[in-house]
Amino acid sequence: MSADPNSIAITPEIVAEHGLTPEEYDRVKSALGREPNLTELGIFSVMWSEHCSYKSSRVWLKTLPTEAPWVICGPGENAGIIDIGDGDAAIFKMESHNHPSFIEPYQGAATGVGGIMRDVFTMGARPVANMNALRFGAPDHQKTRRLVSGVVAGIGGYGNCMGVPTVGGEVNFDPAYNGNILVNAMCVGLAKTDRIFYSAAAGIGNPVVYVGSRTGRDGIHGATMASAEFDDQSEEKRPTVQVGDPFTEKLLLEACLELMATDAIVAIQDMGAAGLTCSSVEMADKGGVGLELDLDKVPQRETNMSAYEIMLSESQERMLMVLEPGQEEVARQIFAKWDVEFAIVGHLTDTGRFTLKQGGVTVGDIPVRPLVDDAPAYERPWERTAPRAPLAAADAPAPKDMGDALMRLVGGFDGCSRRWIWEQYDHMVMADTIAWPGGDAALVRVHGTKKALAISTDVTPRYCFADPVEGGRQAVAECWRNITAVGATPMAITDCLNFGNPERPEIMGQFVGCIEGMREACETLQFPVISGNVSLYNETNGVGILPTPAIGGVGLLKDASQRVGMAFPEAGQSIVLLGETRGHLGQSLYLRDILTRAEGPPPAVDLAQERRNGDVVRGMIRSGLATSCHDLSDGGLAVALAEMAMAGGLGASIELPESDVAPHAFLFGEDQARYLVTTTNADVILAMAEASGVQATVLGETGGAELTVGGCLTISVAALRDVHERTLPEHMAGSASN
Amino acid sequence: MKSAVIVFPGSNCDRDAAVALHQASGKPPAMVWHGNSELPDLDLVVLPGGFSYGDYLRVGAIAALSPIMAAVIRHAERGGAVFAICNGFQMACEAGLLPGVLMNNAAGKYVCRHVAMRVEDTLSPFTAGYQSDQRISIPVAHHDGNYFADEATLDRLEGEGLVAFRYDNDNPNGSRRDIAGILSANRRVLGMMPHPERAADPDLGGTDGAAMFRSLVETLA
Repeated sequence: MSADPNSIAITPEIVAEHGLTPEEYDRVKSALGREPNLTELGIFSVMWSEHCSYKSSRVWLKTLPTEAPWVICGPGENAGIIDIGDGDAAIFKMESHNHPSFIEPYQGAATGVGGIMRDVFTMGARPVANMNALRFGAPDHQKTRRLVSGVVAGIGGYGNCMGVPTVGGEVNFDPAYNGNILVNAMCVGLAKTDRIFYSAAAGIGNPVVYVGSRTGRDGIHGATMASAEFDDQSEEKRPTVQVGDPFTEKLLLEACLELMATDAIVAIQDMGAAGLTCSSVEMADKGGVGLELDLDKVPQRETNMSAYEIMLSESQERMLMVLEPGQEEVARQIFAKWDVEFAIVGHLTDTGRFTLKQGGVTVGDIPVRPLVDDAPAYERPWERTAPRAPLAAADAPAPKDMGDALMRLVGGFDGCSRRWIWEQYDHMVMADTIAWPGGDAALVRVHGTKKALAISTDVTPRYCFADPVEGGRQAVAECWRNITAVGATPMAITDCLNFGNPERPEIMGQFVGCIEGMREACETLQFPVISGNVSLYNETNGVGILPTPAIGGVGLLKDASQRVGMAFPEAGQSIVLLGETRGHLGQSLYLRDILTRAEGPPPAVDLAQERRNGDVVRGMIRSGLATSCHDLSDGGLAVALAEMAMAGGLGASIELPESDVAPHAFLFGEDQARYLVTTTNADVILAMAEASGVQATVLGETGGAELTVGGCLTISVAALRDVHERTLPEHMAGSASN
Repeated sequence: MKSAVIVFPGSNCDRDAAVALHQASGKPPAMVWHGNSELPDLDLVVLPGGFSYGDYLRVGAIAALSPIMAAVIRHAERGGAVFAICNGFQMACEAGLLPGVLMNNAAGKYVCRHVAMRVEDTLSPFTAGYQSDQRISIPVAHHDGNYFADEATLDRLEGEGLVAFRYDNDNPNGSRRDIAGILSANRRVLGMMPHPERAADPDLGGTDGAAMFRSLVETLA
């Protein structure tokens, strides 16, 4: 970059390099009433990138339900907020960092975690839990080991240093992610409802303050990179990946929270994608004011940075604030105490314009409103995904040996223990994690109260691929079920919608279908979307990922002592299956991993039944009747039984009930809305279920060192554990390539 | 017992230690900022877990030179008790309060899990609440917990009974002779990688660490 990029004439090639179409460039010119200079072009290009403007997804995102009586703030702010009673609020969001993590897994994942925590503490919350949803390519793909170890170490490296526990998540392996892994990070924070901070700037003349790390040349055009497909040269984009500094972020967190205890802040916004540009413009736009920055005042890590570079840098660990007049010294002292850079870089104006000065010269001058409001929004053409023909019974035969099939599922890459991953995360720091990774939902106490938050991330991409609408429903329903299974009331979700190239109608059709299913599920389950993120163009050389709308849900348990886990608690308890079993094997893990086929539709989600069954199960847990609980998902009843046995180190003996369903379909079918509970009071459980119209069957009893399904299989719990625990460590210990 | 928890800018187990001390003693400890160069009159100082100054260099190395550390060393020289947990243990070694050093975990990875330990000393104010050879389970959470000292030092520590805890066939980090925690010669400074403050509340999956806080309250009261 030359010393004065603004002297460069804008050519069609430069416009194209900025990811703008000729039509979009015409809109830029009409918004400005003239040709932009290069800095202004750069600002438009990031503000109108897919990543920042949601131009392909906006029209569809609007259809999602976002309200409930307990929602304090829905989508549109840094994160969503729910009321959890007693003046407490939970603030959360999930965000993708897919493209950078593929290029540089450690830093890509680390800065993803750093970014999502900033979104949460910007609003006044102390982060109390991190979660993630990860997708990698085939386990034996040449890049997978390096990507898994890098991403896991990066997530841990950042969260562990911040002292925020990483309490759970989900991981899948599928060849569809060979060229585009997904790293979705979620953060949950706690604040008081009367001390929440928003981003709308107000008060003409009020100072605009920059705090945090200095601005460097790292990450320039990250948002644009995240809005384009990959090709074979993508790894050359490594310089656009930012480098994380969790210690600085820890200082920034503590300093911001300390300042937030005063009344000095008018508005605050973190600098994430598109850095100083996006944070300034969003604050000004929300407040309906103008904003002037003096770029000479911006703390800089490198010399001779141009306006273009300063405005487009994505250096991490930075925040922008508008302060009350006269509060500058209070704020400056707090940041000095924490050794964090503090600089007054501008002020609010009544011009409605975003004005940049450098060396006393105006280097950019753009009206704020059109920069945001004139951003293109596309109703891209889409094709509904063709329905799959039902799976014929003959196409899903019984295995030669049921026990062997179960061992292969609990030892398979999608069914095996994730301990190798979560033991690299500090999941206990803050000493409030009362249900660890590996269960249905993590539970984190609201410090100093009896309350706990339940958190789960879920989606089944192979279902979404086969039927996006059903897959969208299922993702929300499974998250709701996981939160229910620990005894909590599901409250709201954040989503991270990962798809391929939206300019292809079949991909857009996947997106539209998933949104439709999510909308129905969110409505019926009263589980609104309060924040989220869209990641498109997850394609390499024209091959897209599986549609992956990851759902991050939060629930509330008012009395944490009512919680249950999934471990069989003691011998001699009854095991009860709740919900209807039809033996649906289409798109099941059994079909894929044992029969190596991927046919049929995914299981249908009956949302009314989900609601009814879940509400009944939650009642059983809270009244103390259910002593443990587990939802049925991948691998069906057999895998759920095995997981409860392994968690408890205790076997069970069950008999399949009389039914038309073939034993292997009963054991491995993935019908939805089902739970297993244990109890010492089976009669009462059955009566409760019957009174609510929920199908319930006593299958057998806990006890012994083996899991026995009469006529089907007998396996020792130790053997199950061995195969379950061995897969990932042994695979990861293999030689890493690349 | 008058106690304080030192707060470094990157400490993140300071609150957890304070909660455990509060529960055991009925009163909250003082929280002392790293920039202070004096300590109030105290029976016990806790150097908590975390990433003191980021620990991008050798862990604990910068903390060992911080203003408050000089006061902590004076407190130890007066015979005051110092409870150095995880990052605190790393600083205590760097500051010379304890011999040896904590290196990168042998597996090269961060590890957070419960580990099985054996209590080897019951004479210190930290460990008086245990039986000799008692088996306990306490979580670790670290990237650099691989205890190393030369053979002569290790022999001396063992000879004087200053190994407080040993991993019990469950060494998570490659520590020499399975050492999980050591005492100073006067048994008033305990450094350990496992986190007893995470094992002092039944809801957190175990209470095997609670005896340490109880014993401190009883001994130092």
